[in-house]
Amino acid sequence: MDVKEIRKQFPILHQEVNGHPLVYLDSAATSQKPAKVIEKIDDYYRRYNSNVHRGVHTLGSLATDEYEGAREKVRSFIHASSMQEVVFTRGTTTAINTVAQSYGRSNLQEGDEIVITPMEHHSNLIPWQQMAKVTGAELKYIPLQEDGSLSIADIKNTITSNTKIVAVTHVSNVMGTINPIKDITRLAHENGAVVLVDGAQGAPHMKVDVQELDCDFYAFSGHKMGGPTGIGVLYGKKHLLEKMEPVEFGGEMIDFVDLYDSTWKELPWKFEGGTPIIAGAVGLGAAIDFLEDVGMDNIEAHETKLAEYAVNKLKEVDGFHIYGPKKRAGLITFNIDDVHPHDVATVLDAEGIAVRAGHHCAQPLMKWLNVAATARASFYIYNTTEDIDALTEGLIKTKEYFGDVFA
Amino acid sequence: MSLHSNLDTLYRQVIMDHYKNPRNRGELEGETLHVNMNNPTCGDRIQLQLKVEDNKISEAKFVGEGCSISLSSASMMTDAVKGRTVEEALEMAGIFSSMMQGQEYDEEKYDLGDIEALQGVTKFPARIKCATLAWKAMEKGLNEEE
Repeated sequence: MDVKEIRKQFPILHQEVNGHPLVYLDSAATSQKPAKVIEKIDDYYRRYNSNVHRGVHTLGSLATDEYEGAREKVRSFIHASSMQEVVFTRGTTTAINTVAQSYGRSNLQEGDEIVITPMEHHSNLIPWQQMAKVTGAELKYIPLQEDGSLSIADIKNTITSNTKIVAVTHVSNVMGTINPIKDITRLAHENGAVVLVDGAQGAPHMKVDVQELDCDFYAFSGHKMGGPTGIGVLYGKKHLLEKMEPVEFGGEMIDFVDLYDSTWKELPWKFEGGTPIIAGAVGLGAAIDFLEDVGMDNIEAHETKLAEYAVNKLKEVDGFHIYGPKKRAGLITFNIDDVHPHDVATVLDAEGIAVRAGHHCAQPLMKWLNVAATARASFYIYNTTEDIDALTEGLIKTKEYFGDVFA
Repeated sequence: MSLHSNLDTLYRQVIMDHYKNPRNRGELEGETLHVNMNNPTCGDRIQLQLKVEDNKISEAKFVGEGCSISLSSASMMTDAVKGRTVEEALEMAGIFSSMMQGQEYDEEKYDLGDIEALQGVTKFPARIKCATLAWKAMEKGLNEEE
């Protein structure tokens, strides 16, 4: 994998920010886009913008082919068995809410349990909190190990025969923990529960095979994997999606409409009410082509190497603390003594280095870590060890700067 | 240090002094106006207590978690409103808000003292919310009281 060549394909990276070359270390929030994706979306709007699945005109057919072609790319990317199992959504949040509102509402009642973890992003926490309130089901947490990982024993102990849904993140957006999804689906299925995986930090960074994971639902976002914002995917096993009611009603998703009753289109379109996110899907298709050209295994190996390099390199920073397990995905969440993460992020920004500071949409996890906020540097396909060297330099300067003002 | 010239407009010495030695940090005994406010996008939080007697703020204290800008601003704000009437404190909040938005404001009416050091924050749009948190809490408390 030639990172230099890859970097050339991301136009945004070649600029100065605050007088320094941009070092973009916030891809877990959103990734940058390769030129091919930008051009694909541009081309769609210039040449064949049209509504899909209706009308007989030429542009409409072109748009439909590209939209459904993108669905096939997604299917193959996550190794789903059928395109009927691939629903386009606005993003991970919408995908999870669709499952909560549809599957959750009709399959949960008092005495049932929803099992999640304390490391969930708010998007895989609040939909279940709300569903617990509405249905009377109990929300249960698999406890975390000291290093922020899950133990098989705890998973086994938390999931019971009353558990109906297990919703868990593939990769923690804060600690980089990679969860044992295959073990979770096995234990959940033994107890008759279904498993939803929040793949927002999984699918962009590693090969995902939903059949091998045997998860029932898998949700992810296009914008974290080189695609545009506003497009995401809900994968669901066909027999489950078939039984689920849509949560949005209107055009595009209907079969027959009478005055007092209507029927729905077949899968996956019954979940895609309204004019779909055509440009978004087309852009996501181009992003998948790009990622597959590089190879998901190469991407994962590259990011793992960067994370290992960062853990070692950042030891040079006085008072540096890192959170999360040793075996981690491509992100580092940290604090440095005596400097608040907002101040860290501001000083780094003055050096052209973009990191995230705050609670990372994971307030319960911040409580568990016993911190109000942290800083996070997250890596992707285009990051280099030089970026991490720049981050290290920046943090040493931050420390000096605040040391000076405290002196 | 040239690297720091831009940052120095944000992290002025006086701000760092308030951060390091916050004034009025702690809790008040007895009956007080009590406001909790947080910045949901970043997790900063402040718990502000004001004692208002005969329309005058006689005491102001805060506890909270946050960055240098939000904590120093809370320290300065509590110092500034002590001894002021409710109306004066609210007017000062208006002046501070104008200052943060880079608008014209009446520099003469109140001796803003240390607070003017926070003007540099306007060059860092992402940090304006940090500076205004304590002032918003004070406004909320006084407005709810009325």
